[in-house]
Amino acid sequence: MNKEEYQELVQTLTPKEPKLRNAIVAFLVGGSIGFIGEIIVKILMESFGLSRVDSCAWLAFILILFASLMTALGKFDNWVTKAKCGLIIPTTGFAHSVQSAALDYKKEGFITGIGANMFKLAGSVILFGIVSSFFLVLLRVMLYG
Amino acid sequence: MIYFNAFLFAGVVCLICQVVLDNTKLTPGHITSSVTVIGALLSFFGIYDKIVLHCGAGATTLISNFGHMLYSSGIAGYEEAGILGLFTKLLCSSGVAIVGVVIFSFVFTLLFKAKD
Repeated sequence: MNKEEYQELVQTLTPKEPKLRNAIVAFLVGGSIGFIGEIIVKILMESFGLSRVDSCAWLAFILILFASLMTALGKFDNWVTKAKCGLIIPTTGFAHSVQSAALDYKKEGFITGIGANMFKLAGSVILFGIVSSFFLVLLRVMLYG
Repeated sequence: MIYFNAFLFAGVVCLICQVVLDNTKLTPGHITSSVTVIGALLSFFGIYDKIVLHCGAGATTLISNFGHMLYSSGIAGYEEAGILGLFTKLLCSSGVAIVGVVIFSFVFTLLFKAKD
């Protein structure tokens, strides 16, 4: 068996990702998070008299608390494997990446473990978020004063 | 109507990201970073404010809202105190996400052990 035949054999044996199913699951899970979020925002606005912006901040807070707690309890990893982008793209994915990195490196100590690795995955979101928005603000200021 | 819009917008963004994830070699890290930058870009063109108006929490729960919040608080800071305001106020409204994540992760890491 030469190399190309071997590659072909590997390709036939590798399990195919069910792309259509993944996409539908991501759509439903992500959509449900938006839908439930909107319900929570309405409840906060009506029962506590908060403004819409404050309610959205509380919602982000609630989602982060929920995702961190579920990751720490060991449930969230299974959900992410099933729902993939449905849970990665909402704020829950951000909390999940920080929490799971912190838990994984806990045994290496506080400084070299948790401290150094906490933002291993989420760091790029913070970095590129800050860099892009900073330069976009500068660009806006240069264009419109 | 806003409930339906929230469902549709959040769902469609997740769907697009899932299709990109499955058909390219990009990792979830690439995708979340790009979505954040796209959020800041949409905010720059004034589109994200309109999306938030029509889709409510469907737009604010996504990670793209992080870029939107950074950009809008950067603009507000610049209008308030010039270039120094941009530096001091940039993280103003997105601080809830960063501080929340750090505090909860730290506390839960102390309380729980990693499951394998």
